[in-house]
Amino acid sequence: MKAGRLEPREKQSKLRSLFRRQIFIPIAALLVLVIFNLITNPSFFAVKLDYNSAGNPVFTGNLVTILDNASELAILAIGMTLVTAASGGQDISVGAAIAIAGSVTLRVLCGDNARPETLQAPIIVAFLVCCVASMLFGAFNGTLVAYFKIQPMVATLILYTAGRSIAAWINNNTLPNISEPSFGYAGNFIPGIPVPTPILIAIACMIVIALVLKFTTLGLYTQAVGINPNSSRLNGINPAFIKFITYVILGLCVAVAGFIKVSRFSTINYSVVAKDIEMDAILAVALGGNALSGGKFNMAASILGAYVIQFLTTTLYAFNVDSSALPAYKAVVVIILVVLSAPTFQQKLTRLKKKPKMAAAAKEGN
Amino acid sequence: MARSNSTVKGERLKPQRTGLSDTNLLLIITLAVFLVMYVAAVVFLGSGFRKPQTFFNMLNENAALIILSCGMSIVMITGGIDISVGTMTALVCMTCAVNLDYQSGTIASAIGLALMIGVLYGLVQGYIIAYLEIQPFIVTLAGMFFAKGMTTIVNADQFNVANESFQALKLTRINVPGMGSVNKLGNYVPAYVEIGVIVAVVIVVLLFVLLRWSKLGRNFYAVGGNQQSANMLGINVKRTKFLAHFLCSVLASIGGFVYFLHVGSGSPSHASGYEMNAIASSIIGGTMLTGGVGNILGTFFGVMSLSTIKNIVSSLGLDEAWWSNITVAAMICLFLVIQSVVLLRKNKK
Repeated sequence: MKAGRLEPREKQSKLRSLFRRQIFIPIAALLVLVIFNLITNPSFFAVKLDYNSAGNPVFTGNLVTILDNASELAILAIGMTLVTAASGGQDISVGAAIAIAGSVTLRVLCGDNARPETLQAPIIVAFLVCCVASMLFGAFNGTLVAYFKIQPMVATLILYTAGRSIAAWINNNTLPNISEPSFGYAGNFIPGIPVPTPILIAIACMIVIALVLKFTTLGLYTQAVGINPNSSRLNGINPAFIKFITYVILGLCVAVAGFIKVSRFSTINYSVVAKDIEMDAILAVALGGNALSGGKFNMAASILGAYVIQFLTTTLYAFNVDSSALPAYKAVVVIILVVLSAPTFQQKLTRLKKKPKMAAAAKEGN
Repeated sequence: MARSNSTVKGERLKPQRTGLSDTNLLLIITLAVFLVMYVAAVVFLGSGFRKPQTFFNMLNENAALIILSCGMSIVMITGGIDISVGTMTALVCMTCAVNLDYQSGTIASAIGLALMIGVLYGLVQGYIIAYLEIQPFIVTLAGMFFAKGMTTIVNADQFNVANESFQALKLTRINVPGMGSVNKLGNYVPAYVEIGVIVAVVIVVLLFVLLRWSKLGRNFYAVGGNQQSANMLGINVKRTKFLAHFLCSVLASIGGFVYFLHVGSGSPSHASGYEMNAIASSIIGGTMLTGGVGNILGTFFGVMSLSTIKNIVSSLGLDEAWWSNITVAAMICLFLVIQSVVLLRKNKK
């Protein structure tokens, strides 16, 4: 009898520990979305092998679209998680910084001519220059946050305000267009490979960050600084430098995302490119269950959060939701997810559950 | 002189009130920079800036932003943030416009609707932030998305309001005595302000009194300064936070109506970026995002400084959309560095 009674309780505690795991929130959200889509449209996940206009074999289907479109967001989520964990604040300038990164890339490739016949520089050089520029802007944000001790949101507000204007200024407010097909490889397909290149780039970024977190002390130091900068300083860590370096890493992520963005269209629109992506990136970190006030983080959960957001967007589009009305539905889902995962709310729920049980137990006792 | 006085007060005589002297110090910096900028504009750019009407036009254009920034300052003083105010303004504009033109509403019903949106927003956001203890950034981010989407669901296209009584109210001008100027034809043109400016000034005065002398106002500072010690002093931290966010949302809806009164149309792209302008104004006015430091008067001058620099840039003949953003950003940067250096040096002493 006793053993029989214990078993369900053990099961329950295992279930509860699973429920408490941080990565549970994005996975559960993803599962709900998957099941919901399967019920409404069983062929939602069908992946077909097609040929595109250039005659190359490519995979098509909703699943590929989701993975493809979420690539930039997933890459940004990596940097944003580190920044959030170390400095306890968020970088709201990533959208504007992507505009700058894209603008720099095009400027290097096009030179002074807005529609060049041939590229003025090898693509790899443009990418490297774009990385350096983005890391410099990241370093600017990092200096303000780490050495001038300005709150991250406020410090990055500067670049948020000026970024798109700077991007327009870099190209003299012209909209360069590149006709060279090999420039589009990073944003579309490489001939012969049926998987969209952004997916591959995102996977490469994830592998790099996984290796960095596993074999260096970056992850440990970041969390230590986020939890308590003073005690980590007493333990021999330089908190200002760690905060600074996370912003530079975010700059690198921005460069990769910006390069993909311009490669997709071979051109750039300064006021629209990556609009509001900073909000989505912060949302990805929050959906991953990471505290926005800094400290411990779970990188995998953040990246999953990014895919959840893109999944949600694609699902809503599949229901013919108007693209400008999309944010309203997104907001409702976000609020439900965040409220459900809030510790205070879960405590209240368990208290509610316990009450009738205790009443029943009291009756039995009588 | 004034600066050194406040430092002396804050440190030697009343060391326990350093938080307040931070407030005064930052306010003085803001005031000084605003005055220097305006005087420089009058001296070097002359013509336009010499007319008092230029100043009143700045007020007319920014009445809504002043109200939004006041709400933002209160939330920032308690250590929170509200980024939903900009899109809320657009939602209020659109709802009022639809109500007036398509549902034959009156001005009273439009104001009622605006306030209702504010109260509902305040209740929901305040409850989730204060009682469910979820980060204000995420909650108001969702609020921002919601308002953005709802605006286009209410009506997707921009249109001007034709309602006659509304047009009459919109064009009502209140003359400011003794501030007029003589135009080129030799006629005397009186200086005027719009109704929104009166609303904004009343709100600034009321909130100044509230934050300075009322119990609730002092609670805002206490909760922002240190939540735990505020709790130990017997302050109801959750209720204080709830009230701050509630007040901010209601102020945002009032600001939204004032904006509506100024532009007289509904559009999904109205007031875009106003949440960041409000935050920037609060920061320039000496409010700190970490909480516990801030002043409504400073916020007022923060808005005016932003507007002054935009006016200076456009009267210099530089390409507006491009240079004004960069100069505003440079100005925020300058202010932040001044604030940070001043506060760091003071704390070291």
